[in-house]
Amino acid sequence: MIKKLAKSIREFKLASVLSPLFIAGEVTMEVIIPMVMAKLLDEGLNYRNAEGVVVGNINNLINIGLWLVALVLISITCGILAGFFAAKASTGFARNLRHDMFYRIQNFSFANIDKFSASSLVTRLTTDVTNVQNAYQMIIRIAIRSPLMLIFSLIMAFIISPKLAFVFIAVLPVLAIGLLLIMKFAHPLFSLMLKTYDKLNRVVQENLRGIRVVKSFVREDKENEKFREVSDATYKLATKAEKIIAFNMPLMQICIYGAMLLLSWFGANIVVSSAELELSTGELTSMFTYAMQILMNFMMLSMVFMMIVMSRASATRIVEVLDEESDICDPENPAEDIADGSIIFKDVNFSYSKDINKLCLTDVDLEIKSGETVGIIGSTGSSKSTLVQLIPRLYDATSGEVFVGGKNVKDYSVKALRDAVAMVLQKNVLFSGTVRENLQWGNEKATDEEINHVLKLSCAYDFVSKMPEGLDTFIEQGGTNVSGGQKQRLCIARALLKNPKILILDDSTSAVDTETDALIRNAMKEYLPSTTKIIIAQRISSVEHADKIIVLDGGKVTAVGNHAELLESSDIYKEVYSSQVKGGKE
Amino acid sequence: MAGPKKYDPAVMGKKLAMDKNQGKTLKRLMSLITKPYKFSFIMVFVCILVNSVVSAASALFIGSLIDEYISPLLKMSVPDYSNLIIAIIVMAGIFLAGILSTLAQHLLMVRISQGVMKNIRDNMFRHMQTLPVKYFDTHTHGDVMSYYTNDIDTLRQMISQSIPQLMSSVITIVVYLVMMFATNVWLTLFVLLFVAFTVFVSGKVAGKSGKYFVEQQKALGKENGFIEEMINGQKVVKVFNRETHAKDDFDKLNDQLGETSYKANKFVNILGPINGNLGHLQYVCIAVFGGILAISGFDPGLTLGVIATFLISSRSFSMPINQVSQQAGSIVMALAGAKRIFDLLDEESEADNGYVTLVNAKYENGEITECKEHTGLWAWKHPHQDGTLTYHELKGEVVLSEVDFAYVEGKTVLQDISLYAEPGQKVAFVGATGAGKTTITNLINRFYDIEDGKIRYDGINLNKIKKYDLRRSLGIVLQETNLFTGTVADNIRYGKLDATEEEIVAAAKLANAHDFITRLPKGYDTELTGNGANLSQGQRQLISIARAAIADPPVMILDEATSSIDTRTESLVQRGMDALMKGRTVFVIAHRLSTVKNSDVIMVLDKGRIIERGSHDDLITKKGQYYKLYTGAFELE
Repeated sequence: MIKKLAKSIREFKLASVLSPLFIAGEVTMEVIIPMVMAKLLDEGLNYRNAEGVVVGNINNLINIGLWLVALVLISITCGILAGFFAAKASTGFARNLRHDMFYRIQNFSFANIDKFSASSLVTRLTTDVTNVQNAYQMIIRIAIRSPLMLIFSLIMAFIISPKLAFVFIAVLPVLAIGLLLIMKFAHPLFSLMLKTYDKLNRVVQENLRGIRVVKSFVREDKENEKFREVSDATYKLATKAEKIIAFNMPLMQICIYGAMLLLSWFGANIVVSSAELELSTGELTSMFTYAMQILMNFMMLSMVFMMIVMSRASATRIVEVLDEESDICDPENPAEDIADGSIIFKDVNFSYSKDINKLCLTDVDLEIKSGETVGIIGSTGSSKSTLVQLIPRLYDATSGEVFVGGKNVKDYSVKALRDAVAMVLQKNVLFSGTVRENLQWGNEKATDEEINHVLKLSCAYDFVSKMPEGLDTFIEQGGTNVSGGQKQRLCIARALLKNPKILILDDSTSAVDTETDALIRNAMKEYLPSTTKIIIAQRISSVEHADKIIVLDGGKVTAVGNHAELLESSDIYKEVYSSQVKGGKE
Repeated sequence: MAGPKKYDPAVMGKKLAMDKNQGKTLKRLMSLITKPYKFSFIMVFVCILVNSVVSAASALFIGSLIDEYISPLLKMSVPDYSNLIIAIIVMAGIFLAGILSTLAQHLLMVRISQGVMKNIRDNMFRHMQTLPVKYFDTHTHGDVMSYYTNDIDTLRQMISQSIPQLMSSVITIVVYLVMMFATNVWLTLFVLLFVAFTVFVSGKVAGKSGKYFVEQQKALGKENGFIEEMINGQKVVKVFNRETHAKDDFDKLNDQLGETSYKANKFVNILGPINGNLGHLQYVCIAVFGGILAISGFDPGLTLGVIATFLISSRSFSMPINQVSQQAGSIVMALAGAKRIFDLLDEESEADNGYVTLVNAKYENGEITECKEHTGLWAWKHPHQDGTLTYHELKGEVVLSEVDFAYVEGKTVLQDISLYAEPGQKVAFVGATGAGKTTITNLINRFYDIEDGKIRYDGINLNKIKKYDLRRSLGIVLQETNLFTGTVADNIRYGKLDATEEEIVAAAKLANAHDFITRLPKGYDTELTGNGANLSQGQRQLISIARAAIADPPVMILDEATSSIDTRTESLVQRGMDALMKGRTVFVIAHRLSTVKNSDVIMVLDKGRIIERGSHDDLITKKGQYYKLYTGAFELE
């Protein structure tokens, strides 16, 4: 896991190394400065003349004082640089982590996206990264300082009295076991807590999206209750986890105070029994100083451990994203050219869960010629969308093969394939940005002229030009400031800008009136003669002029043919037709 | 320091205003923290006090160990350790007290910090529910989500670490200040001057980082917003091969976040070294200048011995000040988070001055009266100024007269619209996309308020009706289906929280959703996630129709509710809904002829005006706009 994360340090390796180096400098100063200060007292302030009377020495005071100022300057420089580098390294590391995760997510296939929820990915990219960033900063700032001080103090303690220094050997295991226990109990709680964070995020997210539903059903109270529930769960888990962490300080105190009492008792014994030969009273005093230093630094280390405990859960979640392999990737030597817009389905079976017993599409065999207009009709839930999603390889067929332009879709580079296949999704999304920016998704370099052209084709030109700022009008997130029908037409225009070989409209005109719908269809027929057009629709009028109409039922193709043929051969088609025509005649 | 900038009144004024705002934020935050936990805070303070005493006792014990216990032992021929043993046992007792109070303090702090965070979170959400729809239109979801996680998280460290640290430091500072004043007044004043300088420098540095922390939280919110939007639209990103573009846009935001968070952290990180070394510098200054003064005999009271003792206490004095200033980082960060949180809490709630309420009603002796049980009959309860109450039956008559409306000020969407819907009818709005059909329903349920004109509902001015009651009276199925994570049954139950299982099934049957629901892996108990991502659009619409149907509302608005449902299923759904809404007003918005054809009245809208009005047959014979709009559907013949 650490290895995986460490890969994201990259250009901040130098800062990550420099920071502890300067900290080492700072630590050195921290050891030297008190020594020089003692000298300042002894040789300056408490300077004794030949008779042994304290008279002080101004020269020494000034000299040593200047030395100290110099040392302080070095120390402050080291400290500031260490601080800068630590900030640089940790924030840079976090930046890279977010970058790597986001890039990885961009490579996710539809199946990968379905696996992680959006709200969870958001927490992973922000909260979790922040946790890791803080832990990393802590580690590079303290991981050098504390062990250095610890080792230094331990050595000194052993030099003074190896016998007495064994007190530390007795205390340290207690501390270590205590810390391990804290970690063991706290870690799973932190993992759980992060999961409730996802949930919290999800409740807020769904509330934000569905705020119109909430308000029109007057369900504010219910939403509050829902939120309180997960907020409570977060509270309980966080409290539980942090209560365990709260034992850290008392544990440290047990060890510090315990060491003090042990040192007092054994120290006194050694001093008295050896009549100060083995250990002088003065040495015992300095033993206490070192004891404090050892344990203080151990405490700092334990704090680092706690940070690691708290961030380990986050780190795991980050690595989960980084490790997620996209199940749709380019073949070796991918084909880049799509010859034409012909499509063939050969014995295709498909299941979202890859379970042969839960097939959404069964034994689909289809042949669509380039330039044809194909309608797909079927009742709600008959897998119409699923069928077309196999064409641009949004999902891979579970078994069987899909061919585009004469080649298996798996032989193309995904980018080339999707560039050639434009798809207007049923659940379509506009992004916050201007109309122009949204449309340029289809073609970044599209000029206003080209944009206006496709807007005309999709019958969106009129309303866009009537908007207060035309193409520069700002669309809010999710397109809340345009009507459903306007949104659909903008989405069609966006797809047309790609100038695709295959155009798939997945129920894309459901909120558009019939007249406009017909205009759009005619425009496409006229201006995109060589593009294969696949239209999923509820309205017979949307598909009746198609060269070929596919009737889907329960994931099976039950009939294929043109309007007239299907009226003869397909009961389902006939029924749908009559249900729509009857209305007209009455 | 004395640059010309200092005298620029504009700069000074701005700076003052910023400081004042920060002070306000701090004050408000502190009141949120201390008010609900007054007692706990007092207990924490007591624990800290106990701890200070214990650590003082341990220092005293070690100081006296050699002189009072070991030295006498050394002089004895047969050492008697009993005194030492007693002292150690006493100390062990004192230490135990210290350990216990530390434990208590930390446990209390966990409760306080998590409790405060929870309170703020809950308040924020509760307040958010009262905000007008406009707020949600203009804020990215991810940014708002960031309040609940990233911004609230900034409070944790401040509450759990900085505040207790502050408390214990204050105790130590007071103790040593007294000791220093007792030793020498002038030196103490010098130390205070130095401390003032240190605090000034820390303030500067902390202020700098504070500015960047505010920016960091903002950048974090922005990035959160971007991620949320992109990940939700990830499938569109894939379809358009926009990954590279998304990556570039992300990098821009991410670099910005990295930059501000680097700057913010940078300044916090140097606080420690600066303060620590200023402490050293202070020590040197006292030793050197004090020493020179003492040696030259300037002040007879100032002996070298006095300086030596003073040095020790001044060191102990500046230590806690350093510790406090090192907490500055987490405090400025918390302030940055708190500021954003308060911004949300200060957003103005949806205005509601209504006083007419909706009640269940029944007829008694020809008079309509209020009753508790659900009768299928509703009445508006209208209190008057003279204290009397009147009841009007809810009929579902909606009249708009000369209504103007703009989503954004100055950009009128609807102008001078007048239309009426008679009670008990099925009224359809048709018209080209963008004619303002959905906008009209948004005005009827007061998601937005009109700019000019009047809307009357059963003769009552819409503004007089309490919003909750108004919306309760209108069942709405929206163009955008929004389902919530939970089971299918839960989602239908959303329309009527106390619905029984039979009612849920009945509603699903009515919406013709029962069949496909039973075919789902766990039927009604199938979990829906990510806005029902595992369902087709049409299935989602069926569930949202069932959700509205179970509410059994007096008036129903169906806004393109069946647009993704095949026509066969739609006619079945319609039959069910017609039965449910018999005698009640139903508004239908649709493009499909099959959806509107059996309405009692069809209103053809064009640019916000009713241009035609009548039944389907009337309009067809009229051969007007309606006829033209829908001839597309007759091409089949």
